[in-house]
Amino acid sequence: MSRDTALVSADWAENNLETPGVVFVEVDEDTTAYDGGHIPGAIKIDWKKDLQDPVRRDFVNQEQFAALLSERGISNDDTVVLYGGNNNWFAAYAYWYFKLYGHGDVKLLDGGRKKWELDARVYTKDVPVRAKTSYVAQPQDKSIRAFRDEVVEAIGVKNLVDVRSPDEFAGRLLAPAHLPQEQSQRAGHIPTAISVPWSKAANEDGTFKSDDELAKIYGEAGLDGSKDTIAYCRIGERSSHTWFVLKELLGQENVKNYDGSWTEYGSLIGVPIALGDEPGKA
Amino acid sequence: MTSPATNVAAGCAAPDQSAPLPSSVDLEKETVITGIVRTAEGEAAGGAYVRLLDSSGEFTAEVVASPEGVFRFFAAPGSWTVRALSRFGNGELAVDATRGVNEVALNVATA
Repeated sequence: MSRDTALVSADWAENNLETPGVVFVEVDEDTTAYDGGHIPGAIKIDWKKDLQDPVRRDFVNQEQFAALLSERGISNDDTVVLYGGNNNWFAAYAYWYFKLYGHGDVKLLDGGRKKWELDARVYTKDVPVRAKTSYVAQPQDKSIRAFRDEVVEAIGVKNLVDVRSPDEFAGRLLAPAHLPQEQSQRAGHIPTAISVPWSKAANEDGTFKSDDELAKIYGEAGLDGSKDTIAYCRIGERSSHTWFVLKELLGQENVKNYDGSWTEYGSLIGVPIALGDEPGKA
Repeated sequence: MTSPATNVAAGCAAPDQSAPLPSSVDLEKETVITGIVRTAEGEAAGGAYVRLLDSSGEFTAEVVASPEGVFRFFAAPGSWTVRALSRFGNGELAVDATRGVNEVALNVATA
């Protein structure tokens, strides 16, 4: 993958709003944003209701994903363009799902909702009606998803990239600063993880930085290009943003997203945890 | 009581910015930075993107202001910068936050 195939600009989007076979999908946790106005023709996916299993602590399985896309009227051969708020966190998370379940052509709208808003581009409240499809999802591509045992084994062996804020990494905060801080699990980070907040990869308007800038940021932070990489955050969506940068924009091989992330790791019994601003020892 | 599971399920997106502070928020412990973004004409800049930068200027968090221009962060005592981007222009303000509620007024204008 590369920037040319994985990312589209707001200008491109505006010129392709009515292109047959291109489906715009807004993905957010708070779908009141969509309801208040969205890119013309875009449908919505609710990060929590649509993409998380309602009972088990996991996300939707192959059948549930196929049922969701069929119900929303997305076909296997559609070009899916994802965008959302929060600098595209949830859109990047959904992008990772689409890849996980083998969708052919999926792209992120660079800058997401934020760039669209700052450019004062047009919104609509009209909700499109799409005919149902018979979407076929593939089995999960486990080469892009990391589980906890693999993460513990990766300490001191693979690149671990902690994409949370520096204060969360160090253990001074348990959640991003726009959320209340009370939580029960331990604070800190996975030993030997480097700290590269997701925000380093984004410009102020939510667009991604250039490939050269991105390569420099991760290189200087100590990412070893010869090793496999696992990215994590608190619940796996900010790390999808970084997974997208490393795998889809910079084209690194073997990059996984650990969607269990700190909410799982920080609650495990007996695993090592490092505190402070340094990666720590294996 | 808020269970940990509830917090986990709540995800990472910002809660409704104009809603009253949840009763579970302990102001003895939390450092809340809140305020209203307004345009040069004094109108509420609803939909503005408000960013919290730490004392070194590093990005810490971002929320979208409510239709009334209201925003809110849960930070820690210390020096912060609150910066707003909007279709009406940008603006920023230094904040020395202490524990409890810190109210600020933030104006945006085209450069």
